[in-house]
Amino acid sequence: MTTARTLQFKIYRYDPDTDQKPTMQDISVEIDATDRKLLDALVKLKAKDDAIAFRRSCREGVCGSDALNINGRNGLACLTDIASFPEGKPIVLRPLPGLPVIRDLIVDMTQFFKQYHSIKPYLINNDPPPERERLQSPEEREELNGLYECILCACCSTSCPSFWWNPDKFVGPAGLLAAYRFIADTRDQATNERLDNLEDPYRLFRCHTIMNCVDVCPKGLNPTKAIGKIKDMMVQRSI
Amino acid sequence: MVNRKIVGAHYGLMDWLVQRITGVVMVVFTLIVALGLIQGAGASYESWRGFMSAGLMRFVSFLFIVSLCWHAWVGVRDIWMDYIQPAGIKLTLHVLTLLALIGYAGWAVQIIWRL
Repeated sequence: MTTARTLQFKIYRYDPDTDQKPTMQDISVEIDATDRKLLDALVKLKAKDDAIAFRRSCREGVCGSDALNINGRNGLACLTDIASFPEGKPIVLRPLPGLPVIRDLIVDMTQFFKQYHSIKPYLINNDPPPERERLQSPEEREELNGLYECILCACCSTSCPSFWWNPDKFVGPAGLLAAYRFIADTRDQATNERLDNLEDPYRLFRCHTIMNCVDVCPKGLNPTKAIGKIKDMMVQRSI
Repeated sequence: MVNRKIVGAHYGLMDWLVQRITGVVMVVFTLIVALGLIQGAGASYESWRGFMSAGLMRFVSFLFIVSLCWHAWVGVRDIWMDYIQPAGIKLTLHVLTLLALIGYAGWAVQIIWRL
């Protein structure tokens, strides 16, 4: 249980309209025993200095809007325990790396979603819909576990150096995880087109399997494994 | 050029696969050479020369040189693709890398076959 204490923060502040360059602001906030997560502290910080900008919504790790770079590591503020921070050291908060900053901790996710949309993240099935639903066996459904749970918080893609260098060409771990979610779906009929769309030195093969994505995913998902399965399927259809 | 069409270029798999296969070839070659050294092939110049000039060893060395250069081509090109953005500089670096690797391969083969 977290007890009452003072938290020291170093927060990235930047307003592109007025500031020449970003600065790190030192600020502290009193928290009490009911404040359990970093987001609770951020809400208190906002009450103290209401100019600090960050995104938040559901506060329970489902909406994916409060993804930040916390002490150098991407994560969700609402899932990060205050108790996990060492005493006496300031907590360094920065926006997700590699994306343009709109203001303070808020980044422009356009490029991230552009890549997500490029993999056609919806079921493609041209058969007339059946009376009730398109059925799958329990084993077929099992294959989608670990894929469909992605909340698109962008923690993974913005921790991936390949996505930093080529965000316009490399789909990124989040997009590739979603791509495999539909490639693996037995109800989907566009498997070949999906593999064609990804067979590209940039779109898929910029992944060098360094697994930063797996390391930071707040939902415990494994994009690297999904990317490996996409490569396996490409090899199988080509030999 | 600005609005790049988001669709696969329909290549990339072969390079990725080649990098893995040539990696395996190089591991096998390294093991053969290590085994030769353990058995004393490196004791003198004559024994080392005898080891490397055996018919099978020439064949395996040739495979190793080709694998090494092909592997290096995929790897170095990956670095240019990751970090170099302007297309002109990237293409120039690709061509220079390719020419250097072909030159090295030819040179290495010349040395091996002269034994």
